[in-house]
Amino acid sequence: MKNKRSVTFNHNPLLKRDLPVWRPRFVLLALLAGSVTLGGRAVYLQGVNNDFLQAKGESRYARVLEVPATRGRITDRNGDMLAVSTPVRSVWAIPSDAKLPPAEARELARLLDMNVSELNDKLASTRDFVYLKRQLSPEVVQRITELKLPGIHHQQEYRRYYPGGEVTAHMLGFTDVEDKGQEGIELAFEQQLAGRPGSRRVIKDRRGQIVEDVESIRPPRDGQDVALALDGKIQYLAWAALREAMQTHQAKAGAVVVLDARTGEVLALANAPNYNPNNRANLTGAQLRNRVFTDAFEPGSVMKPFIAALALERGKVTPSTVIDTSAGRMTIGTATISDAHRSGPLTVTQIIQKSSNIGTVKMAMQFSPAEMWQLFDQLGFGSPLNLGFPGEASGRLRPAKSWRPIEQATMSYGHGISVSLIQMAHAYLVFARDGDLLPLSITRLETPPSSGVRVFSPQTARELRNMLELAAGPGGTASRAMVAGYRVAGKTGTAHKLEGGRYAKKYISSFVGFAPASSPRLVVAVMIDEPSAGQYYGGAVSAPVFARIVEGSLRALGVAPDIALTPLQVARKPGEASAVVAPVQESM
Amino acid sequence: MIRVDAVLVALAVASALGVVAAQHQSRKLFSELEREQSRAHGLDVEWGQLQLEQSTWAAHARVEKLARERLGMRPPAPGQVLVVEPQP
Repeated sequence: MKNKRSVTFNHNPLLKRDLPVWRPRFVLLALLAGSVTLGGRAVYLQGVNNDFLQAKGESRYARVLEVPATRGRITDRNGDMLAVSTPVRSVWAIPSDAKLPPAEARELARLLDMNVSELNDKLASTRDFVYLKRQLSPEVVQRITELKLPGIHHQQEYRRYYPGGEVTAHMLGFTDVEDKGQEGIELAFEQQLAGRPGSRRVIKDRRGQIVEDVESIRPPRDGQDVALALDGKIQYLAWAALREAMQTHQAKAGAVVVLDARTGEVLALANAPNYNPNNRANLTGAQLRNRVFTDAFEPGSVMKPFIAALALERGKVTPSTVIDTSAGRMTIGTATISDAHRSGPLTVTQIIQKSSNIGTVKMAMQFSPAEMWQLFDQLGFGSPLNLGFPGEASGRLRPAKSWRPIEQATMSYGHGISVSLIQMAHAYLVFARDGDLLPLSITRLETPPSSGVRVFSPQTARELRNMLELAAGPGGTASRAMVAGYRVAGKTGTAHKLEGGRYAKKYISSFVGFAPASSPRLVVAVMIDEPSAGQYYGGAVSAPVFARIVEGSLRALGVAPDIALTPLQVARKPGEASAVVAPVQESM
Repeated sequence: MIRVDAVLVALAVASALGVVAAQHQSRKLFSELEREQSRAHGLDVEWGQLQLEQSTWAAHARVEKLARERLGMRPPAPGQVLVVEPQP
């Protein structure tokens, strides 16, 4: 084949023309330049600038998925659930896509439990994204998806449920629609409880199924569970006792807190008026108020034992020192202080038992304002407890330099100074323990602190325990605090309320006490605001609440009675009929 | 020479098919893992809901109401309780 051709291409006479030498070279150069450009471009795309194209390619098959994380659960000290998040669905729409015929709109509105006009208003919006309804149950959403409506979508969200409802409302607080803490523990422990959603990149196939996990961009982190110090049973008892007192005394508000005297843990916390955290429509500020923490009030006589303890501690008096209170009134500067009940000379023990203002003032005036201020400061008055609760009140304790003598006198019986209920309960730990003050804890402690800051000597604390036991005994102001089977100790307080800078004829009745007096386990503080059914003394209004809580709680905790009672029914020996013995003592 | 080539070609083809099979297998296993994980998540959710249900049924308020009203129970009087203390 090679050289059989008679006329080769080059020898074609038609082409036999003299071409200028530059022309083939020019063509050659042009072709070369073209291929270099192409090569360069290829290198640029594949090697240097390949990220952009790879990203474009990946976006055809790879997806970034959000991995949801759940919010931590809240449990009580025994592990019972107090708050759980569970998935719900929210229905949303793209209004420009959702052109619904009237029949379908009606059906959708019915499923969403809305007015048709309300639904149409939402769908007429000019925005790209409109929530139609949030936090629907999965069943409802299932039926909506079956309608296959255009432009209507749904997504998963979480909703928090509180099985305790009203009972634990103020302790736990609640979360908003985004499952973020708004009040109480939910807000105080937001950091710990909140989950952090993660995300990951996956490859999906044609049918939308995930076929490969490319990478985890951020692993999801579920919220941690929080175990509270709260005891479900005691909490229920506290709530029920408070509710009953609110009804009996037609009170405006009330609060109760129960502490564990051995560990400083908060075992129960209840407020009234109350609300149901699972259904928060029509909430008022009064219902939301966590009075135990946020309301500072003038405590009244519950302050007296601290002054008596200070006097004992400094050796100014002994429990049997007699102080003359027989005048029934006493003048300091231009003001006059009087006792509710006139009595003769009283011992220090009787002053606490009968709650004498004059006796207390006489003890208090032996100290300088600075000494009293230091005591109040040590007991934690005037500064917040810093438990992380929102809106914790610090109370009002003015600097000692600005005290006038009359103010020092009134402060000794709890006026002119304000404290929150939890501060007062906390301060009573010094009597329930041997004079030391433990820090409080809302969460369950694995290793409770063995001792706290010493305020009084064990000797003083024991003497005060005796006095407070007498105050809560037959001859004291709080005989209605007595509980069958257990020795109790405590102090009543009945304080006038300040209104517009003047003391009004409205009262706050309080009681702070502990039980069993022989070896205190519980400190209970009760405050009832404006009882209006006739009685207003702390001993009549708040002490019975204390008694009810203590009686049930000590039994629930399995604390042995410290008053000897002959059992009604003793254990049966084999072969013997059950021996029934009549109860010997029936106190109350 | 030809025989060596043929063996190498056969090996190459076999290994290529092996890669395809392995890839397919891994995807299948992966989607199975996916399914199981979402099932685990679903069960977790259900567990939470059951716990919720349990605490609702076991709420102290409800138990007390039932005990008092339906079963006619009451707390024992203090004299009826005998506390047995452990020997120290």
